[in-house]
Amino acid sequence: MNIQGYLKIPSISIRAFKVWQRNRDVFMKDIKLNFLPPLLEPMLYLIALGFGLGKFVESINGVPYVVFIAPALIAVSVMYASFFECSYGSYVRMYYQKIFDAIVATPLTIDDVIAGELLWGATRSMINASIMVPVIGIFGLIDLKYSLLIIPFAFFGGLLFAAIGMCFAAVTPNIMSINYPVLLFITPMFLFSGTFFPIDVLPLPVQYFATAFLPLTHIVNVIRSLAFGVIDSSLLFGIIWVLIVGSILIVISINLMKRRLVV
Amino acid sequence: MVSAVIAKDLHKYFKDQLAVKNISFSIEEGETFGFLGPNGAGKTTTMRMIQCVSPISRGKLEIMGMDTTKYHREIKSFMGVVPQENNLDGDFTVYENLLVYSRYFDIPRGEADKRIDELLDFVHLLEKRDVMTESLSGGMKRRLVLARALINRPRILILDEPTVGLDPQARHMIWEKLRSLKRQGVTIVITSHYLDEVEKLCDRLVVMDYGKILVQGTPGGVIERFIGSNIIEAENDPAILECLKQKDASYEIMGDIVHIYAANTAEISEYLLMECSFPKITARPATLEDVFLKLTGRRLRE
Repeated sequence: MNIQGYLKIPSISIRAFKVWQRNRDVFMKDIKLNFLPPLLEPMLYLIALGFGLGKFVESINGVPYVVFIAPALIAVSVMYASFFECSYGSYVRMYYQKIFDAIVATPLTIDDVIAGELLWGATRSMINASIMVPVIGIFGLIDLKYSLLIIPFAFFGGLLFAAIGMCFAAVTPNIMSINYPVLLFITPMFLFSGTFFPIDVLPLPVQYFATAFLPLTHIVNVIRSLAFGVIDSSLLFGIIWVLIVGSILIVISINLMKRRLVV
Repeated sequence: MVSAVIAKDLHKYFKDQLAVKNISFSIEEGETFGFLGPNGAGKTTTMRMIQCVSPISRGKLEIMGMDTTKYHREIKSFMGVVPQENNLDGDFTVYENLLVYSRYFDIPRGEADKRIDELLDFVHLLEKRDVMTESLSGGMKRRLVLARALINRPRILILDEPTVGLDPQARHMIWEKLRSLKRQGVTIVITSHYLDEVEKLCDRLVVMDYGKILVQGTPGGVIERFIGSNIIEAENDPAILECLKQKDASYEIMGDIVHIYAANTAEISEYLLMECSFPKITARPATLEDVFLKLTGRRLRE
C-alpha cells in the first residue's frame, strides 16, 4: 500500500455507534471491577510518590511535588486506558472472539467497526479522567476552575492513543508481540514525558525527540496547564497537536486494519 | 423477475494467486442452491464475495439486482449469514447476543424483543435465554447462530457448512428449519461437505474445484449425467476386472472397491454373478458423493 492508501479517508457511518454500544454493554456488566483501577491507582501513586518521595523532592519549579505529579497521573491513565483497550482489547475481539467478522456480515463496514472501537477506547480514557479529577480534587491538588475541562480533553487524548493501539493491533503478527510497543514506546513515555520530572532537565535532543514523537508529552502539558489553571498559548499548541496527530493516526489505523481484514 | 444472485465471469485474486477463476451462475429467488467442492475449491471465497465482505477482483456480482461493489450496506441489510466458524459474542448471554445483533440492523428494541422470542422458540432455545453462550453445546451454538442470521428477516440466507460437527439429531433439526424457511420463500445458499445434506435440501447445485465450476444442475440431473441411476460395488479383484473388460462395462477402481456404472443394474449384476462367479456385489442408487468423487477425487482412473 502506498502513502495515499494509508491516508485514504474512511467511510464511517453513524452505525459505528452500535459498536461503541456493544463495548459499553460489556463494560457495564463488570462495572464495579472496571471502576476500581482508575479509582485506586492514582491514590497509590499519590501516596507513594507524592507524599513519600515528595518529602525529599519538596518542590519542582516552586510547585509541591505531589501537585506536580497529580495531573500527570491523569494523563498516564488516559494513555493506558485507550491504548490497552484498542491494542490487546481490540486484538482479542478481532482475532480470538471473531466479533468483527460477525459485525461486518451486517450493514456495518469494517470502517464503522474500527471507528466504533476507537470511540470506545477514547470513552474509557474519559471515564478514567472523570473518576480521577474529583478524587484528586478532594485531595486539593488541582485548581477546580478549569479542571473539569480535563474530562472532554481526555476523550480527544484518548482517541490519539486508541489510534496508536489500533495501529499496533493491525500489524502485530500475534498477541504476544504487542508487548514490544508497550516496552519500547508506552513505558518510556510513562517515564520521559514530563510526568515525574520536567523534561527540560533532559539533554536538548531528547527534549526535541519527546516533543516530536512522544504524544504523552503534549497530553501531560495540556492536563497540567488545566489543572494549574494556567491558560496560555502553549496550552493551545498542545491541544492542536493532539487533534491533528490524532486525526491522522485514526485514518492510518483504519486503513491498516482494512489491509489486514479486507481480503 | 430479478434473480437473487447473478455472477458473471467472477474472479478473485489473493495477491498473485487466483482463488476463483471466471465462474458464472445464477440463483433464483426462493431456490435452495448448493456449492460443493473439496477444501480450497473456492466455495467459501465465493460465499464471502456474495456476502459483500470480500471485494470481487473481476467480473460482475449482483444480489437482487444490486451491484455488490456499490450497494453492500443495502444488500447486507436483507441477508442472513451462518458462517463456517461460530462467532457468537462470548461476552453475552443468548438473549443479549440476539439483541446486540439486532442493533446492527437498526431494529427497534420492542420489535427486536418480539423477534428474539419468536426465533428462540423457532430454534428451541427459549429455556437457554439467559445462559452465556460459552456453556451451550455445539448443536445449540449452531442453532443460535442460525437464529442470529434470521434476526433481520433475511430474503437470502447464506450457510457455510451449517451442520459441521453436529450429531444426527441436531443435523436433522437444522434441516427441518431450513425447509421451513424455504417454504416461507427465503432464498438459501449453502456449502457443505455432507453430500447427503445437499442432495436432500438443494434444488440446484454447482460442484467447484480449483476455483472453477465443474458442473451445475439439479442433484438428480447431475447424478444421472455423470454416474447413471445406479452403482454396483464389487471387490477390487483381478478376475472381476478381466470379466468387466470383456463385457466392455464402464467402471472405476476406488482403492479396494470397484464401482460399476450401469443404467441396467440387473443385467450387469446377473452377468457378474453368472459369468464371473463373483458373489460379493451390491447394487445401490447413485448419490452425489459418487459424482463428487468422480469429478474431484484424486485416484487411479481406468
